[in-house]
Amino acid sequence: MSDRATCSVIIDGMPFEVDATISVAAALMNAGLHIRRSVTGEPRAALCGMGVCHECRVTIDGERHRRACLTAVAAGQVITRDE
Amino acid sequence: MNDVTRFDVVVVGAGPGGLAAAVTASAGTSSVALIDEGAAPGGQIWRRDVHAGHSLEGREWTAALAKTPVVTLDRAAVVDVESGAGRHRLLVQRDGRTMMVESATVILATGARELFLPFPGWTLPGVLGVGGAQAMAKSGLEVRGRRVVVSGSGPLLVAVAASLAKRGADVIAVVEQASPGMMFRFGAGMIAKPRTALEAMRFLQELRGGTLRFGRWVARALGRTRVEQVVITDGSNDQVVDCDLLCTAYGLVPNTELARLFGCRSRGTGIEVDIHQRASIDGVYAVGECVGVAGVESALIEGMVAGQAAVGLTPSDFVLRRRDQARRWGRKLDEVFALRPEVLGLASADTIVCRCEDVRLGAIDPSWSRRQAKLYARVGMGACQGRVCGAALQRIHGWEEDVARPPLQPVILSALTGSAAGALTGAH
Repeated sequence: MSDRATCSVIIDGMPFEVDATISVAAALMNAGLHIRRSVTGEPRAALCGMGVCHECRVTIDGERHRRACLTAVAAGQVITRDE
Repeated sequence: MNDVTRFDVVVVGAGPGGLAAAVTASAGTSSVALIDEGAAPGGQIWRRDVHAGHSLEGREWTAALAKTPVVTLDRAAVVDVESGAGRHRLLVQRDGRTMMVESATVILATGARELFLPFPGWTLPGVLGVGGAQAMAKSGLEVRGRRVVVSGSGPLLVAVAASLAKRGADVIAVVEQASPGMMFRFGAGMIAKPRTALEAMRFLQELRGGTLRFGRWVARALGRTRVEQVVITDGSNDQVVDCDLLCTAYGLVPNTELARLFGCRSRGTGIEVDIHQRASIDGVYAVGECVGVAGVESALIEGMVAGQAAVGLTPSDFVLRRRDQARRWGRKLDEVFALRPEVLGLASADTIVCRCEDVRLGAIDPSWSRRQAKLYARVGMGACQGRVCGAALQRIHGWEEDVARPPLQPVILSALTGSAAGALTGAH
């Protein structure tokens, strides 16, 4: 794991070093973060992992409602959780 | 901006069925498009692992695809369709923009999704599906050292548990709701399928003795901001185990939304097709799990049958017989893994059943239809458009299948341009 390529992304304004090849959902969950809050404020993370449930939706590079489980991380990516 | 890209054949879904269809069709025409929501071909079962790459079969078929002139549109979701004058137009959303793809011939290989049955605590972070956990692990979710429970129903449980164990997860328990008697029948049936039997034995070798238990299910997940413990029960006795990753799902549900948007007929178990995989709408074919959950072999053969038929070739009787055999195996699986009533009754009145709108089971009158539940309690009005709650409540409250309406995925208004915008707001 130590020789895997990494890249820097910004999550809610804070820099994170993540594995360069993984999905945004995996990056968020590996960092111990929940992905979104439900309409009544519950913390949520990925459920279906394949783009069906939309629990993993986040804003990526200004584009809202991106499914994080279907999106790869990229250097300099700006990820904002809809808190 | 009113571009319409025409192809002789358009295939939707790049899992085994779609790959086989696209590769086969491309032997008869060079004008084939393959549309998929994922970042790369493979679908779910052949999802490319971000570190380890493709499985052997996945590599074979994606390599075969790469040798063809098939145009692959990754990260692309079909959100609407319009049929007329002997051709079908598909509105595709991709990278924040929309495009139109047109063909007289469409092959649907939209696969299946997991059946999630709600239970107390299922919305906690760290509760994933079974195929979902596999998908997340292949996409880079770290599972090494995590305390994992795999539960629910179906052949995926043992396969995924073994895969997670190989990745260094501490798999504490694998609990299958089907009774030991049912599982004995499954085991006996595998005598006819030595390759499957061998695979199952290899999976079981990855698990510690005593891990796999039958006639049990997870009744609740406990934790404050993420799952910390789960309660495993056999209906009489409860066992609480520490767990920080719960992988749970109760089998697969075919993804028939796109086919139904075309107007194709579907039974509850999948899209209706004839012996050459033709659906009930002219020019539309369907293959694989969306026709009925039956596994990889079934999807591959049906993809080949449809790919041939789509370019005017006649599939051989030999291939059609193999296809029928593969389908029969699928029906056997349905019997063995039939769901016991207890797992439909795990949710209590204050368990959230619609995760998108946080609607609790107690807010839904059991006598309501699906439409009434939507209007009175907002069930199914959220981002997943009823895909998760709908499948569960169909089985809990006996709802009918939902009507397919566009857009099939949420569309950003700014992505719509010109004729694309007209298509979406137009003739439905």
